[in-house]
Amino acid sequence: MISFACKRLLLAIPTLFVMLTAIFVLVRLVPGDAASVILGDQATEASLRAMRARLGLDQPIQVQYLHFLRDVLTGNLGRSLSSGRTVVQEVLLVLPSTIQLTLAAITIGIVLGLPLGILAALGRNSWIDYVSRLVSLVGLSFPAFVSGILLLIIFAIHLGWFPVLTSDSTDPLERLRSLALPALNLGLILMAYVVRVTRSSMLGVLGEDYIRTARAKGVTPMRLVMRHALRNGLIPVVTVVGLYFGTLIGNSVLTEIIFNRPGLGKLIFGALNSRDYTLLEGLMIIFAICVIVVNTLTDITYGLIDPRVKYK
Amino acid sequence: MTSFPRPALDLRNLRTEFRIGGRWYPAVRNVSVSLMPNETLAVVGESGSGKSVTALSILRLLPHAGARIQGGEVLFEGQDLVTLSERDMSTIRGNSIAMIFQEPMTSLNPTMTVGDQIAEAILIHRGGSRMEAKAKALRLLDEVKIPSPKSRLDEYPHQFSGGMRQRVMIAMALACHPRVLLADEPTTALDVTIQAQVLSQLEELKQAYGMSMLFITHNLGVVAQIADRVAVMYAGEIVELATVDALFAKPMHPYTAALLRAMPRADRANESLEPIPGSVPALSAVPTGCAYAPRCPFKDRSCTELHPELVSSGDPGHLVRCPVRPVGGVH
Repeated sequence: MISFACKRLLLAIPTLFVMLTAIFVLVRLVPGDAASVILGDQATEASLRAMRARLGLDQPIQVQYLHFLRDVLTGNLGRSLSSGRTVVQEVLLVLPSTIQLTLAAITIGIVLGLPLGILAALGRNSWIDYVSRLVSLVGLSFPAFVSGILLLIIFAIHLGWFPVLTSDSTDPLERLRSLALPALNLGLILMAYVVRVTRSSMLGVLGEDYIRTARAKGVTPMRLVMRHALRNGLIPVVTVVGLYFGTLIGNSVLTEIIFNRPGLGKLIFGALNSRDYTLLEGLMIIFAICVIVVNTLTDITYGLIDPRVKYK
Repeated sequence: MTSFPRPALDLRNLRTEFRIGGRWYPAVRNVSVSLMPNETLAVVGESGSGKSVTALSILRLLPHAGARIQGGEVLFEGQDLVTLSERDMSTIRGNSIAMIFQEPMTSLNPTMTVGDQIAEAILIHRGGSRMEAKAKALRLLDEVKIPSPKSRLDEYPHQFSGGMRQRVMIAMALACHPRVLLADEPTTALDVTIQAQVLSQLEELKQAYGMSMLFITHNLGVVAQIADRVAVMYAGEIVELATVDALFAKPMHPYTAALLRAMPRADRANESLEPIPGSVPALSAVPTGCAYAPRCPFKDRSCTELHPELVSSGDPGHLVRCPVRPVGGVH
C-alpha cells in the first residue's frame, strides 16, 4: 500500500510541471505586459524598462521560465499588486474559512447523499427512489448562484434561522450559523451528484454474482449492503467527490460572493477585478496544486477501497 | 410396512415464474423430486431448461423483482422453505443448505480477503470470535487442498486462479457442515484437468461430510463420474428420472437419448456426434403438448395436443415423461 501511494505521488510530479508550464505560457500570452499594467498608462519608457528589469521580464524566455520554476518551488509566488502583501500571506489569511466551507460542504454532500443513494438503489422504483431522483435533478439543475439566493431568501430572510451576511464574530456558534447556508449551498450540489452515482453504482453491484454468493451464505440484508455491496460500489462515488473539487472552486466563487464570505473564491474574484496579475497567477498555481493533490488522494483512496487497483 | 429413509430435501410441484413484458411465465414447471441422504442427484439439460432456477428457488436466491415461486413445496427437515420468512431463510442459507456457483471468477467478493469470506459464514451461523473463525477457515482451505493455506488466507480473490477460487467457494460452502450442497455447474468454467480435480474433491468431501448433493450440469460426462441418480430437465420440467446406470444404458426419453448422442465420447469417433436440431423454447413460447415435440423425431399427433405426465417406465425408480417411446428405451 505504501509503495502504491509513493508511486502515485511520484506520478503527480510530471503533472505538476505540465500545469506550471501551462500557467507560465498562459500568463505570457496575455496581451500587454505586467510592467505596463503595474505602472499604468502614464508610465515613461524609462520607468517601464526599469520595472521590466525588476520583474525579470527583460531576460530571455527560457531564463524567465527557470526563474519562475525556482520561485514556485521555493514558495515565492510574488506580491499582490493591490495589497502589497505576498500571495502566500493573502492565501493564508482566507485559507481557514475556505477549508471550513469545503469540509462542511463535502460532509453535507456525503452524509446526505450516500444513504439516500443506497436507499434509492435498494428500493428501486419505490417512493424513496423517486424522491432521490427529484432531489438530484433539482440539485444538478440549479446553478450555485440561484440556489444560494433561494437559500438566503428562505432561511435567512423569511425564516431568520441564519444570518444573511457572514459575521466575523469569534463566537464559534455564531460562525457555525453563518457557515450553514454557504455550506448547504455547495453541499447540496455535491449531494445531488453523490445520490445519483451511489444509486447507479449500487444497482450495478447488487446484481453481481458475489452478492448472490453472500446471500447464499446467509448474510443478512443490512450486512449485505454495508459489508459487501457498499465498498464495491464506492469507487465511482470517490471519483465524483474528487472531481467535484474542481467544480467546487468555481461554485465557491459564486457562493462566497453571494454570502459575502471571505475565501479563496472571493480572493480570486477580487484579483480578477483589480487586474492583480501576480495574485491571479499565484492563485492559479495554488488551485492547480490543490487539484493535483486531490486527484492523487483520490487515486490512493481507490487503492484503499479495492485491492485490485494496486496491482494493475 | 417398510420404512423409507426420509429425503434430505423434497421438492413437490415446485413452480417458479419469471415476468416478461408484464406477464408471468413458468421457468420451473411443477418439479417434484427427492434428494435422499448421502445421495448425489445430477440435474442435466441444455441452457434454459430451468436447472439453475430450480436450485436458486430452493434457497430462494432469485432476484426479488421479476421472479416468484408460484407454487409447490420445498421440504427440508420438516419445514417448507417456500413459506419461511426471509429471516428464517437466512439461518438456513450457508448453514444447513449451502450452494456453490458456476462462475468462480465473479462469485467471490473482490474487496474481502478469502479468509474473511470463509470466516463470515462461520461467524454468522456459529458465532464465536473472529480468531476462531479464521482458524476454522484455515483448516477448510487446507481441507480443499489449497497449497500453503496460511499465507493465502489473507489474500484477495484476484490473486487466485479459477480452480483455486472454486476451491475457496467449496470451503466457504462447507464452513458450517451443510446437510445439503447445491452445486450449480461448479466445474463448467474450469479447464478439463482442473475440472476432474475439483469433481473428485467434491466427491471426497461429500463422503467425509455426509452430505446430499444436488449437482447441476449440462455435461453428461460429469454426470457419469459423480451422480447416483439423474434428473433430465427440459423446458422447466423433469422429463426423465433414473439411476445413472439405467439412464446411460437405457434412456427412455427421446431428449435424453439425443443428449447422449450429442455427447463426445472417447470410444467413438467424433464425426458421429449428433447435435440436437432446434433449440429450447423461450419461456414465453413453450408448446402446449409435449415441450420437446417440435424437436422430436418420434413425435406423433397426440404429442402436440396432450401434455404427457411423468410416469413410471415399467422399470422401478425410472420415470419418464413420454407416452410414445418408453418401451425398451430409445437408441
